[in-house]
Amino acid sequence: MSIAKPLPHESARLHVTGQARYIDDLPVPAGCLHLAFGLSSQAHAGIDAMDLAPVRNSPDVVCVLTAKDIPGHNDASCQRGWAEPLLAEDVVEYIGQPVFIVVARSHHAARRAARRAKITYTPRPAIISIDDALAAKSWYEGGPVIWQNADPAEGLERAAHMAQGTIEIGGQEHFYLEGQAALAEPQDQGMLIRCSSQHPTEIQHKVAEALGLHMHDVRVEMRRMGGGFGGKESQGNQPAIACALGARATGQACKMRYDRDDDMIITGKRHDFRVEYQIGADDTGQITGASFRQLARCGWSMDLSLPVCDRAMLHGDSAYYFPALRIESLRLRTNTQSNTAYRGFGGPQGMLGCEAAMEHLANVMDMDPLELRRRNFYPEKETAPFSAPSPVNDTRNPAEDAPPEVLTPARTTPLRHTHYGQPVRDFILHSLTKRLGQQCDLAARQKQVAAWNAQNTVFKRGLALAPVKFGISFTLSHLNQAGALVNVYNDGTIRLNHGGTEMGQGLHIKICQIAAEIFGVGLERVRISATDTDKVPNTSATAASSGTDLNGMAVRAACETIRGRIAQMMADAAGMTAQDVRFAAGEVIAGDTRMTFAQAVATAYEARISLSSTGYYATPDISWDRQAGRGQPFYYFAYGAAVSEVVIDRRTGENRVLRCDILHDAGHSLNPAVDRGQIEGGFVQGMGWLTTEELVWDDTGALRTHAPSTYKIPATADAPAQFNVTLWDEANPAATIYRSKAVGEPPFMLANSVYFALQAACQACGPHWAALRAPATPEAILAAISRAEGSA
Amino acid sequence: MAKVVFMEISFLLNGETRRAPVADATQSVLDWLRAEGLCATKEGCNEGDCGACTVIVTDPDGSRPMNACLMMMPHLAGKALRTVEGITGPKAQLHPVQQAMIDHHGSQCGFCTPGFIASMAVAHQTGRTDHTDFLAGNLCRCTGYAPILRAARAAAQMPVPDWMDDPARINASTCAPSAPDREARAYLPQCADDLAAWYSDNPDATLIAGATDVALWVTKGMKDLGRVAYLGGCRDLQQIEQTQDQIVIGAGVSIARLRHHLAHSHPGMGELLRRFASEQIRQAATIGGNIANGSPIGDLPPALIAMGATLTLRLKDTRRTIPLEAFFIEYGKQDRQPGEFVQSVNIPNHTPDLACYKISKRFDQDISAVCGCFNITLDGGVIATARVAFGGIAGVPKRAAAFEAALTGQPLTMQTLQHALPALETDFQPLSDMRASAAYRMQTAKALAQRYLARQLGDETTLHDLSTVAEMRP
Repeated sequence: MSIAKPLPHESARLHVTGQARYIDDLPVPAGCLHLAFGLSSQAHAGIDAMDLAPVRNSPDVVCVLTAKDIPGHNDASCQRGWAEPLLAEDVVEYIGQPVFIVVARSHHAARRAARRAKITYTPRPAIISIDDALAAKSWYEGGPVIWQNADPAEGLERAAHMAQGTIEIGGQEHFYLEGQAALAEPQDQGMLIRCSSQHPTEIQHKVAEALGLHMHDVRVEMRRMGGGFGGKESQGNQPAIACALGARATGQACKMRYDRDDDMIITGKRHDFRVEYQIGADDTGQITGASFRQLARCGWSMDLSLPVCDRAMLHGDSAYYFPALRIESLRLRTNTQSNTAYRGFGGPQGMLGCEAAMEHLANVMDMDPLELRRRNFYPEKETAPFSAPSPVNDTRNPAEDAPPEVLTPARTTPLRHTHYGQPVRDFILHSLTKRLGQQCDLAARQKQVAAWNAQNTVFKRGLALAPVKFGISFTLSHLNQAGALVNVYNDGTIRLNHGGTEMGQGLHIKICQIAAEIFGVGLERVRISATDTDKVPNTSATAASSGTDLNGMAVRAACETIRGRIAQMMADAAGMTAQDVRFAAGEVIAGDTRMTFAQAVATAYEARISLSSTGYYATPDISWDRQAGRGQPFYYFAYGAAVSEVVIDRRTGENRVLRCDILHDAGHSLNPAVDRGQIEGGFVQGMGWLTTEELVWDDTGALRTHAPSTYKIPATADAPAQFNVTLWDEANPAATIYRSKAVGEPPFMLANSVYFALQAACQACGPHWAALRAPATPEAILAAISRAEGSA
Repeated sequence: MAKVVFMEISFLLNGETRRAPVADATQSVLDWLRAEGLCATKEGCNEGDCGACTVIVTDPDGSRPMNACLMMMPHLAGKALRTVEGITGPKAQLHPVQQAMIDHHGSQCGFCTPGFIASMAVAHQTGRTDHTDFLAGNLCRCTGYAPILRAARAAAQMPVPDWMDDPARINASTCAPSAPDREARAYLPQCADDLAAWYSDNPDATLIAGATDVALWVTKGMKDLGRVAYLGGCRDLQQIEQTQDQIVIGAGVSIARLRHHLAHSHPGMGELLRRFASEQIRQAATIGGNIANGSPIGDLPPALIAMGATLTLRLKDTRRTIPLEAFFIEYGKQDRQPGEFVQSVNIPNHTPDLACYKISKRFDQDISAVCGCFNITLDGGVIATARVAFGGIAGVPKRAAAFEAALTGQPLTMQTLQHALPALETDFQPLSDMRASAAYRMQTAKALAQRYLARQLGDETTLHDLSTVAEMRP
């Protein structure tokens, strides 16, 4: 039927014809006003006086709002118990912080006026860099968070080989092509918000608080985003609240969209990290212990930094079993943008720190890094069921759908637990990396690269394999729930809603496929409409790669409820049991009775059977004690590996990615085309993070790279010229929707292979550890080469 | 100030003749389109770097992709504009590139997609198959480009739909520009003589050619430019004239035309022009604009200086010709009198020894951290003349005078180079900024000199640039 088919994105035709509407494309009510923020020019300063008369007197300005004009809470924070003022009151804490709102008759009038404020500041000491924050002991949570499975001191003591070093990891701007945008329309009671957000429920909550209303007074509708990547999980709060305030103050609809430069200056980004490591191994390359110190620059507000840094710690093992692993995490508070969610949510930084330590250790041991990796992988999965059966019955043949439910008598290898105590039962990287190596002719190419490097002094090549093991579930366990609303109309068509949001990832087409599968109808009968807090309440953000896992299950539950009612009706008439009624190929079949789906629905309607249902899902089998750093935070792991080959120019640091081969685990893929798109796109986005995308702040705390003219995301020619992607098509042992696996974030970290290939190419220039920093710009590569040569 | 309708322009919009009053002399085509409800064309960055606003502009010279955020309404006079609404057929038929993008899963969030469709439709119509170059001015954050490139290739062989008929229709005189009004805030001169007379009367006006920089003064700087002149009507400034001893390139020649024209005669510039901004920018930007705005980071001036180009400037009816390097006095200051404008750039017919190298964080569409251009001629193994110029490392594009002097008269050897390299430190004191540190700039300036010399020494075992290596697929 529709599952597992490579169907196009649900809006593909609208995209290519330009008819897909984003916030700024929506027709607006007459008299709609436009907003812009006035921004702080100081990284840290007291506000002595604000002269806003020049702003008010600017052409086409309607009014100017400051913190005192907010009827409810002046707060845009996504973190309960933490205040993040929407508008600065007495103090500004970063350059770009919103201080006031201009409400004007046009977007341009608002932007022009916003620059005319005369604000008098008294500067205070500003903490910009990681070193500044360390020196000032400026951190959240009162100090370091430390998790460990065992003290690594003993293991490091007895190690035959040790590597100790630091990796600097830069941040990343989301660069969603559609900037932050929102539109607020006053309603009879309360407010209707249309916005570009991964988290409509939070917008609803924050708007209600700011207006002094309740959640039932605010409705949020979200059709699609022009890209999110985590940047619209919390960062959409400000424009949405501002629009609601403007609409409340004027009685008119209010729209706000950030100009690109403003967007980059105002909003938070991926956290930049410094990871200090110590790692030891015995003579066979078995790791004896490791210690990591992760320093994360969080910015001025707590935002999502705590769970981001938690996830970095949870991925500090990358794909390896450590008998003793200690991770210390410092969440540094700085006078810069509030760093936030970004695809991988700290996982990439945690993994890269671990992989750098592994690479360094291999260098010290003069061992093939891949061999060192393999020796320390978790043990491969063995064929035992590891989870309770799916809470709802699979509609497909269980033999096809589920892994064999055969109990193996005993594991042949010991079950290993992560440093936070979760057993790793579904590990497949031994066989996956082996197959990938065969597919891309890895061994022969390693020899070719070595031979090339022996002969060429100017151009050096590098080749590296990077594994990915990524934990799936929100670490804040209660977020792992979802709701859905499915309506079947009496002409046999279906319209559904769920709590997830579409940001391009193909969530909606997968959900439509699920509904079509369950009702046994063609995809043309299923429509999905905008995510709407009126239809499905209390939703979690579409984040943590969980969109399909959670909402797919909720939609399935709702569909199965309705299907069950129709089946019961048909079964009663035919004198059989409901389980034996089949829904397939647009028909409902109960023994000798066959009806089209539309006929069955019409019959059910006339029989006064409800054709509408909600559905609900909560992920089973997870638990997490954040204080102790112990538990089973993840329902399962997603895996993958990539091999990348690069060439660098030793004289200038210029570089190109020549080829990339990926083998990625999406479980039983719901839609191989969509999954492939996530893999290719995630890889290139990750590559950008690790190569060309460099964020630069000056000493005053001003972001110098605040537009695509200075901040360089990958362009067409940067995609590897040879780019081979295959899916590891094997059922997820966990009882997910049709045994698929989440695929949004995991492929991002496949790009680590590019970074380590560049590191290897630098390493080919000299015997000393090159300690390449990320992003590996040409300048960073040249510096690494100097270190390798021992001339730096 | 009060908005007064001061001019009306006429153009083809998705095949229909359109007359539009222009109240704001610098209103962008993007803003106008979106205000008209034609919202397929998106604003992604409003500075010509992302391509989400790409539209198709056709004039008698052909069709090209352009950034609507950098085009101002007067630019449209007499041209045909086609947006994604008009790339889709009149009965909602899909254009082959649209169908291919669906078939190959080329859209995810969809926001960049209309811009890609516009660029791809031009490539499709004009037979361009160098898709990675042609689409380098369109950024996509979701797909990693692989499916888009697959779609572009797949559509290439399909016929051009009959509704894509702007090239045939634009010859019709339906869109003749109205007579220029000398008193208007935007003047549209129709020849260089017009411009010379008007500009000498209005020396404080801003001259707008491709607007790839000037538009940012409006969109980002939010400046009121006051009186402006749009030079696109001066066809006599867009000529390329081949004489006995030089090529005279009109100031209004676009970078795209320049690239096409010099591909064979000046192969040393080929790679530089391939990487000069993006196709959309190359189609808009002009050689005159890249020089006249005096930017230290323009990629053309160092190349032109190295080849020994001269600049012809015109004030009323007086013309003077100076070496190009003399034009750049210091940062923000050029040798140009009020009312004087760049008329042409004059370059040698051939420059076989010229090589141009560009260092940037990203291969395509990035601003040079260092742009090094070398042109050394030999006389019996001895360096007879050396012209070496750099962009990006000083306040102006500049010759490396001390370095040139250290090379001249010396044998062409690596020892000569090693001896001469320290002179670069006399020539330049680079700055540190977000693109690179001063030390890196100096180090790579020297490295580029070494790369050039290795090439001139003809060492066949040495590869000279990364693209060559990259094309040797593993």
